[in-house]
Amino acid sequence: MTAVRVRGLRKRYGGVVAVDGIDLDIQQGEVFGLLGPNGAGKTTTVEILEGYRARDSGEVDVLGMDPGKAPNSWRDRIGVVWQSTADTPELTVAEIIGNFARYYRHPRDPGRVMEQVELTEQAGKRVHALSGGQRRRLDVALGIIGDPDLLFLDEPTTGLDPEARRRFADLIRGLAAEGTTILLTSHYLDEVETLAGRIAVIARGKIVAEGSPKTLGGRATAVSTVQWVGEDGLHTIETDTPAKAVADLYAESGEVAGLTVTRPTLEDVYLKLIGADDE
Amino acid sequence: MSERVTLPSVTEERPPRPAPDRFARAEPGRALRLGLVRTGLETRMFFREKDQIAFVFSIAVVMLVILASIFTTRYRGLDVTVSQVYAAGLIGTGIMAVSFQNLGISIAVERDLGGLRRLVATPMPPSAYFIGKVGSVFIVAVIQIAILLGIGVAFFDLELPSAIGPWLTFVWVFVLGLASMTMLGIAASSVPRSARSATAVITLPFVVLQFVSGAFIPHTDLPDWLLNLSAVFPLKWLCQGMRSVFLGEEAAVLELTGDYELGRVALVLAAWTVGGLVLCLLTFRWKDNRTK
Repeated sequence: MTAVRVRGLRKRYGGVVAVDGIDLDIQQGEVFGLLGPNGAGKTTTVEILEGYRARDSGEVDVLGMDPGKAPNSWRDRIGVVWQSTADTPELTVAEIIGNFARYYRHPRDPGRVMEQVELTEQAGKRVHALSGGQRRRLDVALGIIGDPDLLFLDEPTTGLDPEARRRFADLIRGLAAEGTTILLTSHYLDEVETLAGRIAVIARGKIVAEGSPKTLGGRATAVSTVQWVGEDGLHTIETDTPAKAVADLYAESGEVAGLTVTRPTLEDVYLKLIGADDE
Repeated sequence: MSERVTLPSVTEERPPRPAPDRFARAEPGRALRLGLVRTGLETRMFFREKDQIAFVFSIAVVMLVILASIFTTRYRGLDVTVSQVYAAGLIGTGIMAVSFQNLGISIAVERDLGGLRRLVATPMPPSAYFIGKVGSVFIVAVIQIAILLGIGVAFFDLELPSAIGPWLTFVWVFVLGLASMTMLGIAASSVPRSARSATAVITLPFVVLQFVSGAFIPHTDLPDWLLNLSAVFPLKWLCQGMRSVFLGEEAAVLELTGDYELGRVALVLAAWTVGGLVLCLLTFRWKDNRTK
């Protein structure tokens, strides 16, 4: 089943086109990464899907409804993880989670959510006394307390140390395994690569590539570079058939020094897609 | 990258849920219930913000103690002291501080730090948010007034009326005054562009109004043009209404027109309440300033 279906989405602010005809399909239970540089249109797109912003044109269907017209009860099935809780410094973790639970008609149990995000020990702590990583986990707790079918995550691991990142990734995979559809946005490649099963790269308001982290941008079949050091210096050939190139090379010259075969890294593909290599 | 991850034991089967009702009707009971939940939460947050209490809650108390201690003379031919006039009028200051100033600043901060955004993404009815604000402001205002009256009675010869009539006046002046100031505070919260500027942007009109409306300076000492200016705004009428309750008919001669003009007090405060509500409905922003 499709959780999110978008066709020809457009949005402009004054004369600036932020989203320029986007199509998206996200299946239920999928962890989908929307990757792109700042200003590419990620946030605008997601905010339209969340029902927080109106669109200029295009079709949007989120969990079977148009977010622009969905009733209040539609929000029971949507979770949003915002960037950092700074607005309620004087509430305790348990108070704010318990309070948000009351806004939803079918909430998860606050105690279990605290366990899940590993904040049980901090339950009685005020928000201002939490560390950066703990706050980030509180953000997640507030996003999932309503037991959403679809969860929006905006740069979820920014500011976390590597160990916290790893545990966070486990948490996200756990939610996905429970059947929660997750839409993750980020401008950090490694974040999306670790978490998402499928990625769309957005640049200048358009989707420029879509696929799994391994196949994105034709990475799996992209031109390989074969390099070696001959008597007259470094040789480089680009080829679609690297194995054959190496075999031919051996037939011709026998063993060569410094032989390497490389494919573009995901980062190379990404930078090319967003046009960073033009500059 | 694709290794299976063992999950904590919290994973469980999710029962299938009904699709949201496309024609979900308004649920006034739910809004009210969550509004009361939010009232408790807002009140708790208010009393935990020590700086906020010092800033919002104590301004009227401090001004009362200072002003009523400095100016103690008795009005010629009247059984009323300047201290008493202050003690009565500064109740208006207290009401405006806990409503207009408090909400104008705190909502602006909440908006800037993403609190409103976070709330509007939940199924909480927006009206519950406003019920929570109004409810907590009401509680804080009652405490504020109790403290001001306590100090006035204990130290500055303020006399609590013994008849029921003035108390009825007190109730409607309090309710209308608080309602108008609350609406204006919510509306004013949209003016500051950031949390950092909120205090300055909201406090300036607050302080100016205190001076021109006869709260900090006895209205008897103000030039006519200032009094005419302040007559446009609700604070003057709120203070005037409070003086009518606590100073008695005898002191009405101290008023500009020699009368407390309670009919006009009711009219102006009610007009500001309705106007303020319309202003809120037209201008309230759930979005912060960074997201256009």
